Amino acid sequence: MGVTRNPTNITQGSKTKGGLGESTLRPDGTLKVTGEFAYSSDMWHEDMLWGFTLRSPHAHAKILSIDTGEALATSGVYAVMTHDDLPAFTKYGLEYKDTPVLADGVVRYHGEPIAIIAADHPETARRAAAKIKVEFELLPLVIDEETALADGAPILHPNRDDHHADHVTHPNIVHRQPIIRGDANEAAKRADIVISGEYEVGMQDQAFLGPESGLAVPAEDGGVDLYIATQWLHSDLGQLSPVLGLPEDKIRMTLSGVGGAFGGREDLSMQAHACLLALRTGKPVKIVYNRFESFFGHVHRHPAKLWYEHGVTSEGKITHMKCRIVLDGGAYASASPAVVGNASSLAVGPYVIDDVEIEAVALYTNNPPCGAMRGFGAVQACFAYEAQMDKLAAALGMDAVEFRQLNAMSQGTIMPTGQKVDSPAPVAELLRRVKALPMPPEQQWLAGDAEGRSIDIRDLPGALSNTTHGEGVVRGVGYAVGIKNVGFSEGFDDYSTARVRLEVINGEPVAMVHTAMAEVGQGGVTVHAQIARTELGVTQVTIHPADTQVGSAGSTSASRQTYVTGGAVKNSCEAVREKVLELGRAKFGTYHPAWATAELLLEGGKVVTDGGEVLADLVDVIEGETIDLELEWRHRPTQAFDLVTGQGDGHVQYSFCAHRAVVEVDTELGLVKVIELAAAQDVGKALNPLSVVGQIQGGTTQGLGLAVMEEIIVDKNAKVRNPSFTDYLIPTILDTPTIPVDVLELADEHAPYGLRGIGEAPTLSSTPAVVAAIRAATGLALKRVPVRPEHLTGT
Amino acid sequence: MRVTFNVNGRPQEADDVWEGESLLYVLRERMGLPGSKNACEQGECGSCTVRLDGVPVCACLVAAAQVQDRDVVTVEGLADYAKDRAAGRCGTGACGTPLGEAQKWAAKPADGQTGESTEAGDLSPIQEAFIDAGAVQCGFCTPGLLVAADELLERNPSPSDQDIREALSGNLCRCTGYEKILDAVRLAAARGASVTAGEGV
Repeated sequence: MGVTRNPTNITQGSKTKGGLGESTLRPDGTLKVTGEFAYSSDMWHEDMLWGFTLRSPHAHAKILSIDTGEALATSGVYAVMTHDDLPAFTKYGLEYKDTPVLADGVVRYHGEPIAIIAADHPETARRAAAKIKVEFELLPLVIDEETALADGAPILHPNRDDHHADHVTHPNIVHRQPIIRGDANEAAKRADIVISGEYEVGMQDQAFLGPESGLAVPAEDGGVDLYIATQWLHSDLGQLSPVLGLPEDKIRMTLSGVGGAFGGREDLSMQAHACLLALRTGKPVKIVYNRFESFFGHVHRHPAKLWYEHGVTSEGKITHMKCRIVLDGGAYASASPAVVGNASSLAVGPYVIDDVEIEAVALYTNNPPCGAMRGFGAVQACFAYEAQMDKLAAALGMDAVEFRQLNAMSQGTIMPTGQKVDSPAPVAELLRRVKALPMPPEQQWLAGDAEGRSIDIRDLPGALSNTTHGEGVVRGVGYAVGIKNVGFSEGFDDYSTARVRLEVINGEPVAMVHTAMAEVGQGGVTVHAQIARTELGVTQVTIHPADTQVGSAGSTSASRQTYVTGGAVKNSCEAVREKVLELGRAKFGTYHPAWATAELLLEGGKVVTDGGEVLADLVDVIEGETIDLELEWRHRPTQAFDLVTGQGDGHVQYSFCAHRAVVEVDTELGLVKVIELAAAQDVGKALNPLSVVGQIQGGTTQGLGLAVMEEIIVDKNAKVRNPSFTDYLIPTILDTPTIPVDVLELADEHAPYGLRGIGEAPTLSSTPAVVAAIRAATGLALKRVPVRPEHLTGT
Repeated sequence: MRVTFNVNGRPQEADDVWEGESLLYVLRERMGLPGSKNACEQGECGSCTVRLDGVPVCACLVAAAQVQDRDVVTVEGLADYAKDRAAGRCGTGACGTPLGEAQKWAAKPADGQTGESTEAGDLSPIQEAFIDAGAVQCGFCTPGLLVAADELLERNPSPSDQDIREALSGNLCRCTGYEKILDAVRLAAARGASVTAGEGV
């Protein structure tokens, strides 16, 4: 096999002609169903070596010595590297450069990389790693707020020089964001009922299926080519360049197939390690984590403790809200500062509350580092404020949906940050829609047999475990709604870049779209092709592989890519169209006055007037020319939040989803079966309706996982106890119910095509809806997710 | 050691196989057939599902030596496998998918911009249904699900939803929420039924 397996190029031909608004099929679909699509773990190169990472067995320890001699002497081992072998800058990080490439004399979490090995077979590398002798001296642990802020607590990052170091109240606090608006204490005096609650969210894992992996190939110019699965090529590049001691143009990154991300690929994992080993050995190096290592190889969703207080008048209007949100950021900062910004600025939920006192903090601890995961700080808050809404409604004797609708925000509402919501916010309508959906029939396990003698146990909690035939099974229904921001916030320069080329190939006009957008499964490539077809009137669109030869697209996160890189593709297509029309005017302008006077469009391979009159064939206009433009595009700027008051127009756009959960609980055994999880979401404009529904269903299911299954168990020694799919359970097709989706399209006039970012909102409200349904079935308070059987049976 | 077995209907051999290697490793790293995926390597996710003498198994849990002289079908051979089955051909003989053809990725220009994807006519009904129903997002679970779903429809051409859920319960998907996967299997079953009834697709 003398070929290098490289990332797959995608051409979408004449089979799919669709533009915007059509459910065109994925351009990579055929490759993905035939096994041809090249994921990062599929990369292959002749003579390549395999990399492996030695990780810390302790959560906090001083490294007294590392002896790599025996490992290096192992036959088949080409290199062993520790912190002492690093060629240049030794740290990286998304926001603070606080994460060592390899442990620098101390390890701060269980699983921290200490050494990397390159060998001719993965098993050789693994065995060599086991021969590295590391002497540790255990250090006291920081595991929660109490131990982080105690007198004499170990300071995990002394000498901080990050931009939040000066204003935090303790060096073990990564970032703290208060938001104060109105006067909560004064407003509380108007309350007839005050409800407070304490809530907890466990540590969820992204559990993307494609493991962290990639191939680094050393180049003749002293640089390196990296084939990688990531969410943001240029962010990786900016962190790799100082670590490798190479200018950015000597690190050529190409996106390989990405097997899901959900936030877990925002931080570097094996990127630097593979490049370092490749540069050290002069050979291509492939690293592929197995699932065990993957649980240590990426950040997780912040576990959180949340305290909330709401007051209401007897008429049901919320008077005020106070809350405090403590997020466990783990050993390194990762995206914690931004998560704090989201948790605090969205802590109020999609409700009108004028008087608020909010505080969110993220801690440094010796627990696993936490950072980005779908929903990003808003998930934790939503679980808590929606539990409060149900409690308030119950205290008032009101219907839970009507109570929410009475207090729901709408277009024009002022957020606690002072930002006016200036596009549709149909919160009450989404609740109405989800409530109006037909209910699933009762006792479906009896369906088809009126006598009830034939029972399909697969429709019952416990299913094929045959734990009940309906006795002890109680149904419950719950509702929830949430608010998520779209795009990078707080004044970040959140731009994207798109290169669009238009030329004639074999007598046909062909558009090529080249961006650095990480396609992680969301379907951005489908949408880019649709945009190009709509704007340029061509059938054939080629999607160039994403790489660093084109400008940054920003991250595939924060529900932002269709908005921002979609906006960039639209913008570049419009500029290309202008060039086409210039060419057309020069060539054919004298033949028809409309060239000078009419609004001209490109449709069906022709230049047409807005009245539909054909002026020229696109092929005739551009024959012999190649129009090739690369342009940056920006959405409206945002502002930082004031560090004392939290005031500022911090967000680009808001996104809303509501859920209704129907569950059946075996109250004797504490087994939950979610029967149906219906969603209603405003998407602004569904550019690809099939993909929109797929995103909503997928996000909903991850919320279901957090509600009843998913938690990384970290013990009191800060060690991860369940790093496998045997012990960390994500929903299977048996756990996942029917998910009807009602899509609302209310255009946001500020966004391209009126669209609204959709990926994350469904992950917010799904969790509290399921838990509300379990509360309804059991009468239990359930302050913590995930809810486990023992929480329902008191055992 | 050397391991000799049938892959997608054609005899193949792998040399220098270390005793601890799994069938999955040999397929992916020694035979150039990375279609079977490596999401967990713990037998929990089903992304590496292949047919071993017709039975769906996790290739990560099968030692390479266990497949000596046996028949393995991977996602790369699924289309031909389905075609041969529909035509009532083979089991043995010259049917199946030659290795070079299964390694379609290798025929692609390394950095070209013109790599044409497989023509849709080359797909099995379940593969077409996955595309049409929107059952593919990141696609990492897809190969294993296709092999499992194809096997389900082979023994049960008109499965109930509960039958589908039961058959696919060993295959994790993190992107789709499974609804579109159910749609895909229903679609393939419906198209199969209309073909059987002579109605055309």
